[in-house]
Amino acid sequence: MPILTRRLFSTGLCGVVAAAAAPTPLLALTEASAEKLIDALVADINKVIASGKSESGMYKEFERIFARYSDTSYIAAYAMGVDARRASSAQKKAFSKAFQGYISRKYGKRFREFIGGKLEVTGVRKVKSWYEVSTLAYLRGQAPFEVTFHVSDRTGKDLFFNMYIEGVNLLLTERTEIGAMLDRRKGNIDQMIADLKKLS
Amino acid sequence: MKLIFQFRFLFVSLVLTAFLSSCGTQSAESLARGEIFDPYENTNRAMHKFNLGVDKVLFRPASKGYVTIVPPPMVDSFNYFAENLSMPGMIVDSILQGDIKQAGNATARFLLNSTIGFAGLADPATEFGVPAVDTDFGETLHHWGFSEGAYVELPLYGPTTTRDAVGIIVNIFTNPIDFAPTRPVDNLGVWAEIVHRMGDRGRYSDTVDSILYESADSYAQARLLFLQNRRFELAGDDQDANLELYTDPYAIDTEGF
Repeated sequence: MPILTRRLFSTGLCGVVAAAAAPTPLLALTEASAEKLIDALVADINKVIASGKSESGMYKEFERIFARYSDTSYIAAYAMGVDARRASSAQKKAFSKAFQGYISRKYGKRFREFIGGKLEVTGVRKVKSWYEVSTLAYLRGQAPFEVTFHVSDRTGKDLFFNMYIEGVNLLLTERTEIGAMLDRRKGNIDQMIADLKKLS
Repeated sequence: MKLIFQFRFLFVSLVLTAFLSSCGTQSAESLARGEIFDPYENTNRAMHKFNLGVDKVLFRPASKGYVTIVPPPMVDSFNYFAENLSMPGMIVDSILQGDIKQAGNATARFLLNSTIGFAGLADPATEFGVPAVDTDFGETLHHWGFSEGAYVELPLYGPTTTRDAVGIIVNIFTNPIDFAPTRPVDNLGVWAEIVHRMGDRGRYSDTVDSILYESADSYAQARLLFLQNRRFELAGDDQDANLELYTDPYAIDTEGF
């Protein structure tokens, strides 16, 4: 599958190309819609970075963005891994909520380094049943690096469910972290959730 | 040049034979699934503890001091200088990988930056549109078909793999810069690299701190980050090399989350 450039989309070819690329016309998710989601996500992130809000104000904004654009239930389920099998539904719910706040603070902090920088969508391609949207991150005084988003419509809505920064996978990183937190607390899920809320 | 090539072949065949016969290897299937092969975990964890100590009392404060005292444009200059010194080695590695275009880019960078770039302190090559080159002997071994080997954390150096560790040793000892007859430049490459690393450690100190000091298991995080990023680097433009590593959004039960 060819990598489609942004320019190709804006010249009106997008409808034709997307229709040719999607095997089932019933599928709501297309290259164009996957790219649209990430374009909107990038625009929102850039807006928050440029807003000059206080740190805690920014984290709130990032939490809103995370909830709006990502498949939060899948990300939380993946991060908990096999331990989810022994978790009660109340624990799963509490974990989802705590995890969203934790992710927003953790990655929001990193986005601070983005001040003065920008993300740019460079291409989309279909992978199995979902789409991969490639972007380049331009940071001040640093060579641009690749950030990739995976978008699926599993939930009925187009949402991103994983992100790779130079090959480093957000889901795997967080599963490792949550797993290590559980190990340290002898597998105590409630304790892990309580501590996750406190983590900055 | 010829001497360097011969030395590399000799050295590599010696070290690799020693390495590969002494340790078990990862199966091809488990490597394709992106699994982690860490048979020396106990030793590695001890080494990680040592490295954390060194970082805490020496490297981190020195690096933070360095980027506080030295103005950012000068830190940039020292980074360019270190990168420029590594170019002759990268020319050799590019040739060994059969990548003539990359060898040309590395040569162009070295010639431009060493002359009109004030002995490498500036980077006019990038302004002229010569692409950045970043390779090493570990990548050459990868091109020659050697698999990653076991994960190792080296003292003072940090995360790597047995294959890349061989690469590091070869790169240090066969840096063509050190073959210059004037003795004082000996090891200049190593010193420049340390300063380069201090610049990065100081500049991205928040991010590095969050991995080393804020995560529940910094050893496991560093290992995962290193291996994923290294595999991504080596896969290059071969996008399908990563396919097996992708997570499937339909493969997990999300009930209740």
